[in-house]
Amino acid sequence: MTNPASKIMDQDIVRRALMRIAHEILENGSGIEELCLIGIRTRGAVLAERLKGCILQIEKKTVPVGILDITLYRDDLSTISTKPILHETLIDFDITGKDIVLVDDVLYTGRTIRSALDALVDFGRPSKIQLAVLIDRGHRELPIRADYVGKNIPTSVHQNVQVRLKETDGVDDEVVIEDRAGPS
Amino acid sequence: MNWTKHDLIDLQSLSKEEIELILETAKSLREVSTRDIKKVPALRGKTVAMLFFEPSTRTRTSFELAAKRLSADTLNISPGGSSFSKGESILDTAKNIQAMNVDMIVVRHSSAGTPKILADALEPAIINAGDGCREHPTQALLDMFTIKEKLGKIEGMKVGIVGDILHSRVARSNIWGLTKLGARVTLCGPSTLMPMDIKKTGVQITYDVEDVVRDSDVIMLLRLQNERMTEKFLPSVREFAKKFGINKDRLKRAKKDVIIMHPGPTNRGVEISGDVADGEQSVILEQVTNGIAIRMAVLYLLLGAKDRERKPTTKQKGTKHVLTT
Repeated sequence: MTNPASKIMDQDIVRRALMRIAHEILENGSGIEELCLIGIRTRGAVLAERLKGCILQIEKKTVPVGILDITLYRDDLSTISTKPILHETLIDFDITGKDIVLVDDVLYTGRTIRSALDALVDFGRPSKIQLAVLIDRGHRELPIRADYVGKNIPTSVHQNVQVRLKETDGVDDEVVIEDRAGPS
Repeated sequence: MNWTKHDLIDLQSLSKEEIELILETAKSLREVSTRDIKKVPALRGKTVAMLFFEPSTRTRTSFELAAKRLSADTLNISPGGSSFSKGESILDTAKNIQAMNVDMIVVRHSSAGTPKILADALEPAIINAGDGCREHPTQALLDMFTIKEKLGKIEGMKVGIVGDILHSRVARSNIWGLTKLGARVTLCGPSTLMPMDIKKTGVQITYDVEDVVRDSDVIMLLRLQNERMTEKFLPSVREFAKKFGINKDRLKRAKKDVIIMHPGPTNRGVEISGDVADGEQSVILEQVTNGIAIRMAVLYLLLGAKDRERKPTTKQKGTKHVLTT
């Protein structure tokens, strides 16, 4: 790659993608009453909040939003030498019987989503769990797919997909593909 | 910041940042105990051995629940039902436990320094659950967690610790921890039960409990540790209760939003009256609840970090096997 970092989404594209996903969630779902969004920390939580805003705009109704920290459910906890920093999981409603849309920024190996599914079933028995992601970059290591995708981006494993959002990164929304530093 | 220590021996050797990391981690883990299914798989397949040479209700149960809520397996070894009664040294016992591939040993012993000896000689992570009069780090951590939760911060808070300071490992751990986090600690108790050099740690000392009652944001009470008293320190328990005990009457002169803490076990009518222990300002049972989150945090941070630099793998030549019960 001659260009080390290429911007593939900007603020407007992110906004439109989220609005489209919100429409799709409402079309597909069995009704807004049972719908709730759960964002995976950190950026998935921000995206879930934004989707809630989109749904409010479309339907004039608010849906509950929870935040999930999947650290305790990671499959590599016993092999990594320094423990990742834990953050709070905040789900203050009963998820049993709900239609849950899990929200994350980038879908890659699928391992984060596997952890999130394990975590969710510890909180209750939802009637349905779907997955919404801003970016699907491929290279799955588990049989997991997204139900709602902002943008599919073919990538190589030597690249990083960096999602930056105003709330978490302090810059205008953007999605950037970078070549990973160091020898490949 | 990342956690790098292999063991939790004391708060004396921890930095402010390390203490804060434990408190933050505990905050995130507290939620697990409020779920219907109180279990997360973080420490699946790990084994935690509880090696308690002194009586304990709270600490041992708390560690056990903490380990179980993280999906670790636990086992309990107490002097009565083990080979200590047959004359085996602690180090030998601990080495046998190590040989069974245990990942962590939680130890309590009446001799100061026992956890350090085990940590220097063994591979599993060692957690000090109280060594003699020296330290009881997880108790102080849960105390600090409770103060932070109740008062919003620790820095600048005035904490009065009243009672048998001399024999209290809880007091010592709290002094190290609280002063590192910027609290102003005042100790109060009979002069015979005040450690001689304790002022060097940066605390204030008063022998008038009214000073503590009037000024403190937190009043922490300690029982008389008769089991550690080898000589006569007090004219009578009754005099101690009268001069230093906190009762409702005395509490009237305290700050309106003062909180009353006690590491337990309480001796009602001695250092604390029943109505204060059960009163609105008491956070004694919240301390117990928070204890599980703190111990989960410590287990989470310590366990599974085997590949860190540490531990002389060569046999310790100078270690004497003198620690029998």
